[in-house]
Amino acid sequence: MTLHLEAALRAEPQAGVARNVPRHTRPLRFITCGSVDDGKSTLIGRLLWDTKAVKEDQAASLARDGASRQNELGLPDFALLLDGLQAEREQGITIDVAWRYFSTDRRSFIVADTPGHEQYTRNMATGASTVDLAVLLVDARAGLLQQTRRHATIVSLMGIRQVVLAVNKIDLAAYSRDVFEALAHEFRELALSLGITQVTAIPVSALKGENVVRGAATSMPWYHGPTLLEALEAATVRSEQAVGFRLPVQRVSRPGESFRGYQGTVAGGAVKPGDSVAVLPSGAIANVAKIVTFDLVRNAAVAGDAITLVLDRPVDVARGDMIVALDAQPMTGRRFEARLVSLTQEGIHPGRRYWQKSSSRRQRVSVTPTALLDLASGAWQGAEALPFNGIGRALLDFEETAIFDIYDRNRATGAFILIDPDTHDTVAGGMVTGTGAAIAGLRRLSGDATSQNTAHLREARQKSAETGKVTVRLPADLLAVLLDSEVVSERRTDIEVLSDD
Amino acid sequence: MTELRHAVPKPPLDPHLKALENEAIHIFREVAAEFERPVMLYSIGKDSSVLLHLARKAFHPGVIPFPLLHIDTGWKFAEMIAFRDRMAAEFGFELIVHTNPRGVAENVTPFTHGSARYTDIMKTEALRQALDAGRFDAAFGGARRDEEASRAKERIYSFRTPDHRWDPRNQRPELWSIYNGMIRPGESVRAFPLSNWTEVDIWRYIEAEAIPLPSLYFAAPRPVVQRDGMLILAADTRLVLLPGEVRQTRSVRFRTLGCFPLTGAIPSKATTVADIIGELEIATVSERQGRAIDRDQSGSMEKKKREGYF
Repeated sequence: MTLHLEAALRAEPQAGVARNVPRHTRPLRFITCGSVDDGKSTLIGRLLWDTKAVKEDQAASLARDGASRQNELGLPDFALLLDGLQAEREQGITIDVAWRYFSTDRRSFIVADTPGHEQYTRNMATGASTVDLAVLLVDARAGLLQQTRRHATIVSLMGIRQVVLAVNKIDLAAYSRDVFEALAHEFRELALSLGITQVTAIPVSALKGENVVRGAATSMPWYHGPTLLEALEAATVRSEQAVGFRLPVQRVSRPGESFRGYQGTVAGGAVKPGDSVAVLPSGAIANVAKIVTFDLVRNAAVAGDAITLVLDRPVDVARGDMIVALDAQPMTGRRFEARLVSLTQEGIHPGRRYWQKSSSRRQRVSVTPTALLDLASGAWQGAEALPFNGIGRALLDFEETAIFDIYDRNRATGAFILIDPDTHDTVAGGMVTGTGAAIAGLRRLSGDATSQNTAHLREARQKSAETGKVTVRLPADLLAVLLDSEVVSERRTDIEVLSDD
Repeated sequence: MTELRHAVPKPPLDPHLKALENEAIHIFREVAAEFERPVMLYSIGKDSSVLLHLARKAFHPGVIPFPLLHIDTGWKFAEMIAFRDRMAAEFGFELIVHTNPRGVAENVTPFTHGSARYTDIMKTEALRQALDAGRFDAAFGGARRDEEASRAKERIYSFRTPDHRWDPRNQRPELWSIYNGMIRPGESVRAFPLSNWTEVDIWRYIEAEAIPLPSLYFAAPRPVVQRDGMLILAADTRLVLLPGEVRQTRSVRFRTLGCFPLTGAIPSKATTVADIIGELEIATVSERQGRAIDRDQSGSMEKKKREGYF
């Protein structure tokens, strides 16, 4: 048994000043993305080190494992601190998503630490699925790379709207304001084209700890923005409270004849006694009688709350059903469209039947891929299968009614996973973008608009009839905005654009 | 035993603790609904106490719909056993206690067999026996990702082969809060509702919810000896002092509770939960520092986990 703890044991007990501060927000979850050489491990290590999340015995254990591996400032090799598995330490690589925890007086943080090299799509998608914000790293000397574009695209597709661009190794670029501002500008344009509107760019040196936790007024007097930690402390957490009430039923609680409650976590909106609700897929209607929790009977519950709901009349409710606001219901149907991230070596193939699980509902689905995203260019190309780590679009055909919201409106009820029925592996993550019927409906609508019988509409209708596409004619500036939006760019092949001049 | 009871209605949890509580309850309900024979590992420590409290909340107004399992090595602190039985009586949960009969027959002790071999037989092997005997297909544990490096990579639903092995290189991806609970007969899942909690979160929650704990967590003058760099409680008659060892009385408490010969105390004057949180916020060593079994070799927790340890 090795001993590095004499010092700790000899230390006199300290009385300790309680700084038991209540936290006014839930933990901020974020992901860090960067290429192998961007200094990602150093940045996370620096965050943990400077916020004192690393303890002496962990540092001692580091010193033991990698005495020869120290960085140039004499601090432990931060990468060793992060790589928890034996194989990783031996091979000097990061295998999988790891979760890190640190906190300040103001807030606590959960970091999804994902490797930058192999299988980054799979790992990034996994990490990004639960986070509120992404930190994208670039090397100040290298500028935006193809990889940066890939990472930003995945971040955007997973529904993350807040990004911090950490321009790292700024010390090696002579702390140049011009370099930083050019990069920040270039990235903002890229981000905007992907629908990411909240971007904070920060010049940092992770190695030296500049603008990570501590500021850098001496070396970068021209920078007046927040440090990385300040930006993280100020970030907002995602909330699903503004949408319609959703309660995916996890289990039915029947402790006795007199009580029947539906247990689950509110996945959207809010609920209070007296509210009218529908039970899907049956469509049965009832009113909320009460909201039961261990502590007290509550007069309201909001998204994120784990509750037990009691209805005012006996209706048939089972696990997998969803109790929803009567006046703001999700989509139901057998055919949906979705984005898919393929997570296994075998890829996703047409006509294959999988198990699909979304919130508490598991059902059979057959999947038909229709397009594959080229991460390098951001363009969607027709495809019939998705390779490992591919991001694509697909049609989902369910054998029974499925219940979804559009992912961009409600992550909790718009997300699902696909499970291979033979291996039981999780083979894809999915995000619902609409019902399969929506496009056909749109076509019909544009073809039926005969009341305004203008030359433009006649031309558009004729074009629609010829090509089977939705035809649009808009002023050039409006058109540019529309085409840049994610939902349209994904269905670009279904749209025919007529020039306005 | 320390009782914490609020005389007045307690204030609502802050949003941070509420979010962690909601997540844990969600996981409890999901596992209970998806698996046929769940069980909850109950080790009597602070994390288990929080887990038990959350399980009661998750299934209220019903009772906890699965048994609790305690792997008793025979070398736990005496107070832990008394506390365990009191909790079972007070909260009315079904309790299974299992001790490895082979270890008892072969008289395996932490003194004679070394901590690594002792842990393997009395904890890992005993756990496998109990899980097999109960044909449990899901087992809740109180492990947290901030505890130890290999835990940081573990899923909330951690898949195990029929011989209880964990393959860290081949874990199912876990997206959103959608958990894949599909297994074949013989396979199982370990589920960790406290994955995203930190040690400070545990203590703040204990304080906010007035969760009862064994008094060993709170500082008091106790007889200890210094051994292998740890302060070992010298209350049990089975502890034989080695030459040169001196029994002394010091104000100490325990940051984690396990087998008394393998669990080091820390010098402390913290007698309340608030004192402990205060100590933690200026602590410079991690909580597993007092655990001998983690220090046998680097990566030893990962190795034990691969073999079926929690």
